[in-house]
Amino acid sequence: MQELSLNVLDIAQNSIKAGASLIGITMERSTADNTLSIVISDDGCGMDEQQIARVTDPFFTTRTTRKVGLGVPLFKMTAEMTGGSFSITSQPGKGTVVSAFYHTDHIDMLPVGDMTATMTSLISVNPSIDFVYQSRLDGREFVMDTRQIKEILEGVPINSPDVLLFIRDYINEHEAQLELNEE
Amino acid sequence: MKSLEELKAIRDKAKNSVHVRQEGNDCIRVVVGMATCGIAAGARPVLNAFTEEVAKRNLNNVAVTQTGCIGICQYEPVVEIFTPDGQKTTYVKMTPEKAARVVADHLVNGNVVSEYTIGANAK
Repeated sequence: MQELSLNVLDIAQNSIKAGASLIGITMERSTADNTLSIVISDDGCGMDEQQIARVTDPFFTTRTTRKVGLGVPLFKMTAEMTGGSFSITSQPGKGTVVSAFYHTDHIDMLPVGDMTATMTSLISVNPSIDFVYQSRLDGREFVMDTRQIKEILEGVPINSPDVLLFIRDYINEHEAQLELNEE
Repeated sequence: MKSLEELKAIRDKAKNSVHVRQEGNDCIRVVVGMATCGIAAGARPVLNAFTEEVAKRNLNNVAVTQTGCIGICQYEPVVEIFTPDGQKTTYVKMTPEKAARVVADHLVNGNVVSEYTIGANAK
């Protein structure tokens, strides 16, 4: 993975596999502290303590097509490489929260990359799942909530081409605005 | 800057449109592998290329979806195409450029792009 947004896309796949109906993705950056935190939360089937303990082990997977599961270990590595930290909390039947914390001034910090592409690909192939994307920069915030978008759409599919293009531009413009407001 | 107000215009246009996306037996399904292996190999731009090409050409009978790892990680990004006649075509080592050609040749004109299939690439 060359950028963190791809790790986020990958981790969100676990939430989808867990049968989540609502997935939250939060990016919080502080320029002054040189920190980034990424939190991916879902209301899927969750994991028991035994599974949580094994989930960062690359040789643990629930898949049947091969014997390794690299998504979570790779994501954990991206955070720890920067001197940051990683955690998973989960409750069976309630959901899972995956958090990664980065020191962005560390030489091994990966670029965040294209979060818009990650969000639009998630929405385009999972129209029935709701996503809440929150991007915070130095206290300013942008939120995109597909529940709000679907309410406006009144039954028009959220993954119809014109709507997806709108969502792409909507996220891009608001992200750019967050950067501009920097004092 | 874009506001959610603009979404209302898009909604109204879509509602008045005569083209209704067909879901069902006569629909072509494009399935992109989106497990760790697929994503690391470049599945995201391939998926977005399919979505954009399908939108550009107004193909109302095509549904782009995703799947997990199908076990041939060395060939990722992998895209499977299911046509209404029951045929499945597996394209391997895909790129956005290859995706555009698959949309034009296979989805629009019905000609499988043999050189991108797993059959032509398996060694």
